[in-house]
Amino acid sequence: MVRGADMNWFAQPVSETQITRRGRLWLYCAGALVMFFLVAPTLIVVPMSFSESRYLEFPPRVWSVLWYEHYFNSREWLAATATSLRAAFLTALLATPMGVAAAYGLAASGARAGKLIFLLLISPMMAPVILIGIGVFYAYVKLNLNNTRTGLVLAHSVLALPLVLIVSAAGFKNFDMNQERAARSLGASRLRAFCTVTLPQIRFSVVSAALLAFLTSFDEVIVALFVAGGENSTITRAMFLALRDQIDPTIASVSTLMIALTTLLLAAAQIFGKKPDS
Amino acid sequence: MKNGGGLYAQELRRDAAREKLALVALTFPALALVAGIVLVPVGWLFALSFTGDGGGFSLEHYSRLVESRSYARVFRTTFAVSALTTLVCAAAGYPLAYMLSQAKSKTANWLMIAVLLPFWTSLLVRTYAWLVLLQRRGLVNRWGEELGLWDEPLQLVHNLGGTLIGMSHIMLPLMVLPLYAGMKSIHPDYARAAAGLGAGPARAFAGVFFPLSLPGLSAGAVIVFVLSLGFFVTPALLGGGRVIMAANRMQTDIELFFNWGAAGALGAVLLALTLAALYAASKALKNDAWFGART
Repeated sequence: MVRGADMNWFAQPVSETQITRRGRLWLYCAGALVMFFLVAPTLIVVPMSFSESRYLEFPPRVWSVLWYEHYFNSREWLAATATSLRAAFLTALLATPMGVAAAYGLAASGARAGKLIFLLLISPMMAPVILIGIGVFYAYVKLNLNNTRTGLVLAHSVLALPLVLIVSAAGFKNFDMNQERAARSLGASRLRAFCTVTLPQIRFSVVSAALLAFLTSFDEVIVALFVAGGENSTITRAMFLALRDQIDPTIASVSTLMIALTTLLLAAAQIFGKKPDS
Repeated sequence: MKNGGGLYAQELRRDAAREKLALVALTFPALALVAGIVLVPVGWLFALSFTGDGGGFSLEHYSRLVESRSYARVFRTTFAVSALTTLVCAAAGYPLAYMLSQAKSKTANWLMIAVLLPFWTSLLVRTYAWLVLLQRRGLVNRWGEELGLWDEPLQLVHNLGGTLIGMSHIMLPLMVLPLYAGMKSIHPDYARAAAGLGAGPARAFAGVFFPLSLPGLSAGAVIVFVLSLGFFVTPALLGGGRVIMAANRMQTDIELFFNWGAAGALGAVLLALTLAALYAASKALKNDAWFGART
């Protein structure tokens, strides 16, 4: 009897979507499993990178910073890190103003060709990256830009541009252009009105866009594989090539540092990229 | 107001047109960059794909795509891996998105970190993590043996299975985000109405909630499928040379043979498939869920 009542209790709908208690229990188990699948592999790299063994034990039997020493003593890894950071910074510096200007132009002009221009500008996001990589490589062979910093930054800027455009276009959508008109009717030039009225209000979108541009460049592998050889190898390119040959445990420390950097940037985006009132 | 207006109507109109042009011109630097780095070089590559060894117009690169058995295998692998990845992501993503959509929004926001953290982690780092976990002396094999699930180390990576695990892990957030957004927009009154009309929990789910969640599910499936078609890094590292997708083949065509025409032809087909899938999806679903998913 008690058992029967229990079964009934399990079979009762508990929420507005009519899921039963038993159903919900299964759902929670499945959801938790999937969340574990999502989070565990990346997080487990962090403690493993502090293991002393070549085979990266978990949990490490002997804790050590051996693989971090390897990283910090390797000229190649440090040079690749510097290249990546520099390229990511310059990409953010180039792609952000370009993307914001384009988003502003499209939002303020309301031109009929706007949709087409928008589509063209986000086309690098829709095409397979390998195609862009090979195309850029081909063009750079002709232009003598292969393995140069300029070439890498230009290519990464193109990849970052769609994200910058979409994020800042969303910012302009929430901004009332009439405010700018008011400023201009009071005598401000368009540039002054943009800088003093518009920009401060969309600054959160601009900061998010810049961080996204930075991350896009920093995490990019495929284009870098083609055009960032020699002296100007990026950290992702070096990782990819190292992984293809054998598993060097130093990569665990590199990965951990990359996870730390990403987390830091995203925390910055959370703090500086959100409107205080939302 | 065609001929109307005051004395300065014409001047004003001309001013407005000039201003509009100036505003549109703000997009020109970005357009020039995209054109110079992507559109022109890729167009050039496509032109090369229609050029034969002799130099004139020829379809030989495309006819090789159709006739050669190795290309047929590449296409089969690309499709199979993309379809299976989509299937795994749908099966794993649906319960998670459902759970998140059921939770209170404060809880859901916290749990969302589990989706967003891997989403923002470098693809290469995540692929590396799987490589470490699944290798012969990796954690999964060790735990499997200690628990007595198997005696010999299993070959979990450098094959199709390893590639699928890695790709599903990388794509899963892109399935969950649109699916969650879609489920969130389903008004609970629908399911309540179904219950009011006598449907049991299972019937209310199958007859009402599930069909209403299909737009989100298809949006997620399209994103996952389309992005999987162009995958390179994960099959290259986790496939161990056994899983050659279109992008991997293109890279070999260039790196080993400098065969621009062959890579261009394969790239053109890949792009056409991608655009066809996107177009079909935009016709089928009148929302822009996939742009929302990436921002």
